[in-house]
Amino acid sequence: MQPIDERPSVPHDNAPFTMPAETAQRIAEYGGKGAGPVNDKVPVLEARDISKYFGRVIALEHVSLSVRPGEVNCLLGDNGAGKSTLIKTLSGVHPPDTGSLYMDGQQVTLQSPRDALDRGIATVYQDLAVLPLMSISRNFFVGSEPTRGWGPFARFDVTEAGRIATEQMLEIGIQVRDPSQLVGTLSGGERQTLAIARAEYFGARVLILDEPTSALGVKEAAIVLRHVIWVRAKGLAVIFITHNVQHALPIADRFTILSHGRLAGEFVRGEVDQDELLRLMGGGEELTELARELDELMGADTRTIEQAAVAAEATPTSPDGSLAEVEAEELPPDSPD
Amino acid sequence: MSTAVTAESDRLRSASRTRLLASRPEFGAFIGALVVFLIFAVLSILRGDVGKGFLSIQGAASFLEVSAYVGIIGVAVSLLMIAGEFDLSVGSMIGAASLAVGLLIVQFHLPAFIAVVLTFLFAFGIGAFNGWLRVKTRLPSFIVTLAMLLILRGAGIGITRLLTGNTIVSGVTEASAGDPIVPLFTASINIAGGEFKIVLLWWFAAVAIATWALTRTRFGNWIFAVGGSDLAARYVGVPVNRVKILLFMTTAASAALFACIQVFSFGSADVLRGANKEFEAIIIAVVGGTLLTGGYGSALGSAFGAFILGTTQLGINFVGINSDWYQVVLGSILLLAVLANTYLLRRASGTR
Repeated sequence: MQPIDERPSVPHDNAPFTMPAETAQRIAEYGGKGAGPVNDKVPVLEARDISKYFGRVIALEHVSLSVRPGEVNCLLGDNGAGKSTLIKTLSGVHPPDTGSLYMDGQQVTLQSPRDALDRGIATVYQDLAVLPLMSISRNFFVGSEPTRGWGPFARFDVTEAGRIATEQMLEIGIQVRDPSQLVGTLSGGERQTLAIARAEYFGARVLILDEPTSALGVKEAAIVLRHVIWVRAKGLAVIFITHNVQHALPIADRFTILSHGRLAGEFVRGEVDQDELLRLMGGGEELTELARELDELMGADTRTIEQAAVAAEATPTSPDGSLAEVEAEELPPDSPD
Repeated sequence: MSTAVTAESDRLRSASRTRLLASRPEFGAFIGALVVFLIFAVLSILRGDVGKGFLSIQGAASFLEVSAYVGIIGVAVSLLMIAGEFDLSVGSMIGAASLAVGLLIVQFHLPAFIAVVLTFLFAFGIGAFNGWLRVKTRLPSFIVTLAMLLILRGAGIGITRLLTGNTIVSGVTEASAGDPIVPLFTASINIAGGEFKIVLLWWFAAVAIATWALTRTRFGNWIFAVGGSDLAARYVGVPVNRVKILLFMTTAASAALFACIQVFSFGSADVLRGANKEFEAIIIAVVGGTLLTGGYGSALGSAFGAFILGTTQLGINFVGINSDWYQVVLGSILLLAVLANTYLLRRASGTR
């Protein structure tokens, strides 16, 4: 396989993300059930002309988004752009004020998160993906526990849960010696992957991933991104929310960009580059400005503005303390809205 | 899938049997119970108290009885705390339930059986109201149940004084004599010269049922999930409000059970009977390995917690230390237990 873990997941020169050979092979063996990038199937989930207001605040206005089987739609936007509101609408947490949702072309109304889950829409939230103080098998089955026995004597089948959880974790490449081990012992990437595998196991057709990589280091993010590619190959529809363009570019078939609660652009893969995405998210100007400031501070005018911007995004710390300071001031914190 | 992922898992040391045991939430409390027992045993031997006092069958029956009473409350409060909630009203619930069962028998001349059933219904009602108030208003349960503590105690005193001109209801034994339900709360058995009360059986049963429910049922899994993060639990379809309300009803019912056993055993009811029991229950839960912030804990651990509490309370008397020092010892045990349990939890969850 590509030695992806020995270097930053996304190289600075905008080279495309290369799929690890092993994953590619697995996908080939799977028989190409996944539809591949950008297809014209009926969207599994589609939001048409959604608006949502909180009092006088416009959280979303006239936003549409769709995702097809075997496709990753990256929802990009800065903090406060309305990404969270949109996914809460898609996952049944709150109904839209106007506009409607369609599944397989049929209009649906989602009553609750449970209702969305039962229809095959599973949402994995960054902070709420797993419960760290519960064991792996308990986490895997929480809310959908397998039971044995009858009525008040129905018991949670711990052995069976442990067996299935271990098996499913192995499937995604995480060896679990003891399924009663607390999830807190897993790394950040593994936790997100567990949550995705769980959703898949319980029959999700649409996966909504809320900032699954933003709190993670490069290696950990790669674990998650790789798993997203694998899930796509199996034919699931994925909505991948992020404000990190670096993580979106390698895996997205489509890009949907939100800015200030409105659609700022929609593209298919190849139609758009990193600078354009950043500009549309509203972060472009700020990064350009940051790069200019950095150049002044460091007296380095040899680098181009773009390179500096990319470096600033990809490098959390720098030999120069002042850079980290400026970065902290100019960039929004790396957290969900 | 990839070498990198496997390498990450390989870095976890393989879990040995002792390590697994040490990663259980009740481990700290178990060791604590052993240590506390040994300390009092050694002190007793130093006093020459072998076969009497602490180191006698009757001594054991006594400190186990004290443990059993608080243990019944402690195990229910542990479940509630694992779900991330507090119930400060259990103490005055004990008082209110004592008065309810006492008044119904002495003042309203109801058969003991009916009085007990009505008292439990009353407790379920108060518990459900606590829970409903908590989930509807989203106020912290600390506040909601603190209010209920005051209301129940005040109303208990007020109503009893109105009806009897006193805050103590006596004559329960005479009024309920011969009722078939009474032995359920008062029976005892003599084993090798020690009189073991039926409250022990109630305690063991409560701990066994709670342990089973917590570790072997869906509901138990929901308790952990709700305490871990009620939002995360709600998003995966756990009926969070139902879980919380049921657990508040459980703590109130445990207070009613405590009250019934005590009223029938002592023959009287007193509004102040349950005072401070709310704190003892929280101490038992925390000593037993339940995380104050919820999401982690053990029903079995509460049994060790209760044992530590009962043993200390009576042990101090047995070895001739002035009982004024009981609270100092209890406070120290609480601090030590929390430190030890926090350390054990960090080890178990792999964070340092």
